[in-house]
Amino acid sequence: MLFPPVAAPRLSRRGLLGGAAAVSAVLLSGCGADSTPVTAASGQPKRGGRLRAAFAGGGANETLDPHLANLFNEASRAKAMFDKLADYGPDVSIAPRLAERWAPSSDLTRWTITLRQATFHDGKPVRAADVLYSYTRITDPKRAFRAKASLDMLDLPNSRAVDDRTVELALKRPFAEFPNALAAFGAYIVPEGADTFERPVGSGPFTFDSWQPGRTLLLKRHDGYWDGAAHLDELEYLISNEESARVNALLAGQVDYAHDITPTTARTHTNNGRMSVTRMPNSTMQSFVMKVDRPPFDNRDLREAMFLLTDRQQLVDTVLAGSGQVGNDLFGKGYQYYADDIAQRTPDLDRARFLIDKAGARGLRIKLDTAPVASGFVEAASVFTEQAKQAGLVIETAMGNKDTYWKDILNSGVLASYRSGAMPIETHISQRLLTNSTTNATRWTRPDFDALYAKAISSADEAARRQAYGDMQRTLHAEGGFLIWGFADFLVATAPRVGGVSANAPANTLDWARFDKVWLG
Amino acid sequence: MNLPRYAAGRLLLGLGQVAGIATIVFVLTEALPGDAAVVIAGDQPDPARIAAIRAQLHLDQPAWQRYLDWLSDLLRADLGVSLISARPVTYGLAASAGVTLLLAAVTLTVLVPLAVALGMLAARSEGGRLDRAVSAVSVALYAVPEFALAILLIAVFGVQLGWLPPTAFGADLLAQPSVLVLPLLVLLARPICTISRLTRAGMIDALRSEHVRHARRLGITGARLWLRHALPGALAPVVQQLARTTDWLLGGVIVVEAVFVIPGLGTALVDAVATRDIPTVQALCVLIAVSTVAVNLAADLVAFRLAPRTGAVR
Repeated sequence: MLFPPVAAPRLSRRGLLGGAAAVSAVLLSGCGADSTPVTAASGQPKRGGRLRAAFAGGGANETLDPHLANLFNEASRAKAMFDKLADYGPDVSIAPRLAERWAPSSDLTRWTITLRQATFHDGKPVRAADVLYSYTRITDPKRAFRAKASLDMLDLPNSRAVDDRTVELALKRPFAEFPNALAAFGAYIVPEGADTFERPVGSGPFTFDSWQPGRTLLLKRHDGYWDGAAHLDELEYLISNEESARVNALLAGQVDYAHDITPTTARTHTNNGRMSVTRMPNSTMQSFVMKVDRPPFDNRDLREAMFLLTDRQQLVDTVLAGSGQVGNDLFGKGYQYYADDIAQRTPDLDRARFLIDKAGARGLRIKLDTAPVASGFVEAASVFTEQAKQAGLVIETAMGNKDTYWKDILNSGVLASYRSGAMPIETHISQRLLTNSTTNATRWTRPDFDALYAKAISSADEAARRQAYGDMQRTLHAEGGFLIWGFADFLVATAPRVGGVSANAPANTLDWARFDKVWLG
Repeated sequence: MNLPRYAAGRLLLGLGQVAGIATIVFVLTEALPGDAAVVIAGDQPDPARIAAIRAQLHLDQPAWQRYLDWLSDLLRADLGVSLISARPVTYGLAASAGVTLLLAAVTLTVLVPLAVALGMLAARSEGGRLDRAVSAVSVALYAVPEFALAILLIAVFGVQLGWLPPTAFGADLLAQPSVLVLPLLVLLARPICTISRLTRAGMIDALRSEHVRHARRLGITGARLWLRHALPGALAPVVQQLARTTDWLLGGVIVVEAVFVIPGLGTALVDAVATRDIPTVQALCVLIAVSTVAVNLAADLVAFRLAPRTGAVR
């Protein structure tokens, strides 16, 4: 599972019947299934039809409250029925959505936002009051909505509705990247006063029709959608946590779209004419976190040795079955402000051994915390153990509890498996790499680094910000605690007649799991 | 001992068992690492956020107090509110229980006549070709784990041949009974073996028993001898086994539910435990415990009626 979609813990039954799809596949090929390659059968956009989409889900206790969205299917449903003021584009830069434009005051503490002319499904216009209500609900200190951390810098008592389509948001401190907060995971705009979501009313491309929790959700096209009405008449979400069931249902024509499939499934069904696979690159960062505040990784030489002993290509080829790209120990490959001028690290065992000796760490036993909480974690740990052995380190894998894994590795241990979905590089830094970050799993606390970040976000000059982000990334690349070895593709399978599924959409960005631009050919 | 007194005693024992199970489950869930707040926080384990969730869910109260609250609510027939959805637990459970009940009813309706008939046929040709064939096939089916059989059936009949829907994705089970065929086959595979073999053994014993021989001496033969005189005695052990099968079905067979996408009680329980949704876990355990006690009570009473002297009552 990816970043926000935390729900890895809830979804880990995937492994239970991992072989199921493979058996079907073997039988299929064994029986000489039609092997004409999938053509662009979907052709031109066509209006009409009901698309049935199969997702993993949270079971009978799932919710349609967009502010509680957590799992992939909840995120997708939220974007089908609601809008944010802004959202992540293909490079995770910020694209305006319900906000038509925004402008900060010169000191970056007041942002004037002009809303688009949009209507909720009940015909009422989206107004400044709805924005203020939504953000007040999300930041309610008595509740724990996910976007709260991103919107905490809002000074709501001093914010106001200038008129129905203009809202002026006051911040507690200058923040040049405030649009990142408008696009934060779960920062949806709901109608003023909405607090129950059994029959949600939003401004999104689809309207609510009917819902059986844990089974099916049926939505209909919202003809008055501000971004152009959807092609589909109806969109139905179906739930199964079993990847094989999603794939089998797709093969048998019971569903048209299967979310989140494994690289093995994708490879098996390439060119058999029964499904097309869309790969969304740079979706999931795959890494190990080293805690830099305690032995042994308080030793910079040892961290560098870890960077150098890692055979990233081997990890991508085995753990991700080739569905991904190597990482360069930096978050956000392909995203805005990513420092792609830093040379790609390649394995250098000799230098790694030299550094390990220099650190006096030859033969050192190091505990690696992992858990079957996200796909590939356990496999990556075992491949990495072998790689470290060649350089003279003994990695001992400790299998943790998958339900509480993220909390367990936050403060304890020295080395752990880690992954993240897409978010702006600024968000990654502010949540994970500052002295006061709440989820700082590498324990990276550097006053000079904090200062560099403060400089970046208080500068209205984009070039200056880019410079600061570049400097921060150079430091992290040289001596940080994130060993980022790869970026996994996110895989979605569709029936050949489905068109308009964007590949240029890392998981969690606007175009990922988005259905208003999809059609049935 | 007479039937009503026996029934009353068993009922009291059953109530005690349910209460005991609920307590044990509460203690065990408390002993699991982490709570709902940690699970909800997921990969954003900001300590302040976890504390806020905990307070919101009243998880910051001591365990004994939450247990007493839950118990007093239960006595008022209130199963509480889900920690995850904030909806009454009964909401979600009604749907899951309905699905499981339907699947169990359909399975038993096919299983009982089929397995008993097979057992009787085998008994009739004891040691003969038919007997050996029934034994071989049913034991072979018993030896295949459910998930393997499920995967195989789906691959062949669902995906490759396309004769039957491979999953029940979003289907209304009653309106579209074809989705139930493959799950039904998987659910039948093992019980058919146990029930038919118990029936066969019971019939063979019964036919040799004193009272059937007496009936024969009285000139009763054929179907009447088999059905009226031998079968009731033969069925007493079968009923006990059938109760076990019914328990298994009513608890929700998670493997079948997962592969065929039939979200019943098994799925609900796995989801609830994974999210540490204690009220839902508790409610499910009470439900499953009640049904187990009820089914076994019914089975004992039936066995008591069928064969008062078999010693089912001690």
